[in-house]
Amino acid sequence: MTEITKEIVAEHGLSESEYELALEILGRTPNLTELGIFSVMWSEHCSYKSSKKWLKTLPTEAPWVICGPGENAGVIDIGDGQAAIFKMESHNHPSYIEPYQGAATGVGGILRDVFTMGARPIANMNALRFGRPDHPKTRHLVSGVVAGIGGYGNCMGIPTVGGETNFHESYDGNILVNAMTVGLADTDNIFYSAAAGVGNPVVYVGSKTGRDGIHGATMASAEFDDDSEEKRPTVQVGDPFTEKLLLEACLELMATDAIVAIQDMGAAGLTSSSFEMADKGGVGIQLDLDNVPMREEGMTPYEIMLSESQERMLMILKPGREEEARAIFHKWELDFAIIGKVTDTGRMVLTMHGDTVADLPVAPLADSAPEYDRPWVPTERPAPLGADDVAAPADLGATLVQMMGSANIASRKWIWEQYDHMVMGDTIQRPGGDAGVVRIHGTDKALAVTTDCTPRYCYAHPETGGAQAVVETWRNLTATGAKPLAITDCMNFGNPQRPEIMGQFVGCINGMREACVALDYPVVSGNVSLYNETNGTGIFPTPAIGGVGLLEKSEQMMTLAFKGAGETIMVVGETTGEMGQTIYLKEIEGREEGAPPAIDLAKERLNGDFVRSLIHGGDVTACHDIADGGLLVAISEMALAGNVGADLDLGEALPAHVAAFAEDQARYVITVSADNVEAVTEKAKNANVPLQIVGTTGHNEIKVGKSASVSLHDIRSAHTNWLPGLMAAPGSDKE
Amino acid sequence: MKAAVIVFPGSNCDRDMKVAIEQSMGSTPAMVWHGDSELPETDLIAIPGGFSYGDYLRCGAIAGNSPIMREVVKKASEGVPVLAVCNGFQIATETGMLPGALLRNANQKFICKDVDLQVVGRNERFVGEFENGQIVRFPVAHHDGNFYADDETLARLEGEGQVAFRYADSDGNVNDATNINGSRNNIAGIYNEAGNILGLMPHPERLISEQLGGTDGKIFFDNLINSLS
Repeated sequence: MTEITKEIVAEHGLSESEYELALEILGRTPNLTELGIFSVMWSEHCSYKSSKKWLKTLPTEAPWVICGPGENAGVIDIGDGQAAIFKMESHNHPSYIEPYQGAATGVGGILRDVFTMGARPIANMNALRFGRPDHPKTRHLVSGVVAGIGGYGNCMGIPTVGGETNFHESYDGNILVNAMTVGLADTDNIFYSAAAGVGNPVVYVGSKTGRDGIHGATMASAEFDDDSEEKRPTVQVGDPFTEKLLLEACLELMATDAIVAIQDMGAAGLTSSSFEMADKGGVGIQLDLDNVPMREEGMTPYEIMLSESQERMLMILKPGREEEARAIFHKWELDFAIIGKVTDTGRMVLTMHGDTVADLPVAPLADSAPEYDRPWVPTERPAPLGADDVAAPADLGATLVQMMGSANIASRKWIWEQYDHMVMGDTIQRPGGDAGVVRIHGTDKALAVTTDCTPRYCYAHPETGGAQAVVETWRNLTATGAKPLAITDCMNFGNPQRPEIMGQFVGCINGMREACVALDYPVVSGNVSLYNETNGTGIFPTPAIGGVGLLEKSEQMMTLAFKGAGETIMVVGETTGEMGQTIYLKEIEGREEGAPPAIDLAKERLNGDFVRSLIHGGDVTACHDIADGGLLVAISEMALAGNVGADLDLGEALPAHVAAFAEDQARYVITVSADNVEAVTEKAKNANVPLQIVGTTGHNEIKVGKSASVSLHDIRSAHTNWLPGLMAAPGSDKE
Repeated sequence: MKAAVIVFPGSNCDRDMKVAIEQSMGSTPAMVWHGDSELPETDLIAIPGGFSYGDYLRCGAIAGNSPIMREVVKKASEGVPVLAVCNGFQIATETGMLPGALLRNANQKFICKDVDLQVVGRNERFVGEFENGQIVRFPVAHHDGNFYADDETLARLEGEGQVAFRYADSDGNVNDATNINGSRNNIAGIYNEAGNILGLMPHPERLISEQLGGTDGKIFFDNLINSLS
């Protein structure tokens, strides 16, 4: 038997005090299998030990929330006995090491989280961050990640209806791959993970267990260094075909009442799933590891418990229902094995070859996971930048073209054309709009989904950035006409043991909390990914937010494309000239300075509710939220989508480039037919919402008074060619 | 009239196909499991898109050897119309029901987008009211849609009126610039010699309402159901 030395403990990522606690809980020295279990259960990834204190402060309740954080995914009521189940999760470290498989298994994992709860997945989304475009690894990573996301989701037949992609040097050595799935279930048939019923069989279904991914959870909780690529063997390999079978088999079994509890085997595999099920149910579990279906011979208990082989599930069945369940899984040609039973001992007892190979108390191990109140320092809010701080460009038109063809504004079509975004036949708003929208099959309703975060805002001032990420999802859903209901968060940060990083985390959470409360927009699920650092440099703080909203009548859905010529273009909300941390500042002046635009949550709500009521009232012909790049970028995107230009007058209050590119929040562009302008203006006045006429649609150019006149053709070329150009450039680092 | 949709493990456009047929036919097609060895009585067999058996080995290769496909091949040889879309087209070539093969897209990437297609010829059963040369719009969603046939087969397909659709643009141009995946002669769909089997890579079942972005697919299914009723 392996002797447990200090070195072995350290290799397992446990600190000295954590190991002391383990000894205390156990009352003896753990064996290697037990140590491995402690290690993964107490990893940052599984235990949320640095983040729990702060996550608890987020609002998680609303009348429509059926299940908040803590289960496999969040559940909200969408009426008519139906529920939307969703979550976003990171797969950052594996995707950097092996982009295709890392991204693919990220999608596979989040899909399982959702269908474990009884939902059929109906939409996938993602939020991706890569390093600077000309970094030698960027193209290789973009290419692999996009192919991996597509490879998995396309095969599963779940439409990927949108997402976001940023490029910034802070991600050069640590990309972010966050995948989100939204599923649909009946409110009276939702499945949870709490084990129950002493004597009930514990059943393993899905793929066989191999040696892949051992210690993935621990890897995901460590910083990278130059040797990280040697960790490639710990990246799992995905098999979307098996997952498709697993999905269909699980849903078929879920249509019966044979299941007591079910949990997917994700990070930390069999260990985490069995402990969570036992802990939630307040019971013990006995597992006979000889019965675990294995892909390789000679696997040790340590390897079996820590394997992160994909496409596996653990279930507790009602007694006597085993054969019925077995028949369904065999029909789908999947492994089905009874590997243990529920006990009343409160202990996890593992046997193999007749020996007890681990015997651990469930509750102390699951609940006594260390929880840290890590020291943190707040980030001071920088001084805002206004019109006086940013010089006018020589040529506003040329600047617009440059902006439209810049890394963080250019079209993502090259990416989403590699995702099947139409399968299932219910996608009514495809990628490229404010949010992806899918109909609830066979009904009039539809769900809108978006993912957003502006990391440069979060870095400059985490509290503002955290709030902004939430409100941007809320605006994007609103712009489609949907009522925003709830969010999932994917918190990507650096090393929490550094006070300034912990301060970023705390700041972002504080901002998110305020926004969620003000907008009645609770957090129902989420994931934390820390230690996103390479050689001591952290990424920009990136709390990616996934928002879900409901359209009661799908025919009321709005899109951003200009619908025709002669319509009046209006801006809802106020433009004061916030130039700090704008895309303009970064792309045109090469500066990342100043405060991010201020957030006024009351105005967000007022303006958004007003826009939604206009959409529902049929007053609006196109709508787009104003975000990255400001007003002129938003209008140009609407013009490109509709292939109709705009003749604009941005007023005299601000210099043209500030009116055009300031990133003031709580704003939308809408178009209104000429004969409806008066009525809409009156409504805005009554609602106390600022509304400004900025121009008229028509022709095939964007014209800004006497300052600029650019053809849509030139704007389109810059906008659509940037990403394909980047990816086709010679010397692309392909392996 | 009756229709049947074949379902393999890994099929994922089976429901979309069912919905499209249902909308035009007014009744629900039978969904036939891959392991079945008999087809119900039917006037149309649809082989839908997806990743049958994960498309491991080669797209459609394993499905081509499934029990139900022996029955489909038999019915097709007796003249029952077969619509084979995307993975269905790949399966049909694997069984030899249709000539040629579908290779990896020339750009090596999965492609999902609406494409303009030129209708070729006048196979009334399948294209009904579409005119020869008319441009219709269906989406594609595939990684392996690059149609290949040797010179002799290609000459026969062209000579015998077996080409059904070509990748084009909205102005009707058919050239390299409109050839999204590298297919020979821009071929997006073909008929068998007898004209009762249509294989096509694009998905007409995905554009069956204005809300989904277009109705050319609905017209296609209306035509097909009308001509078979």
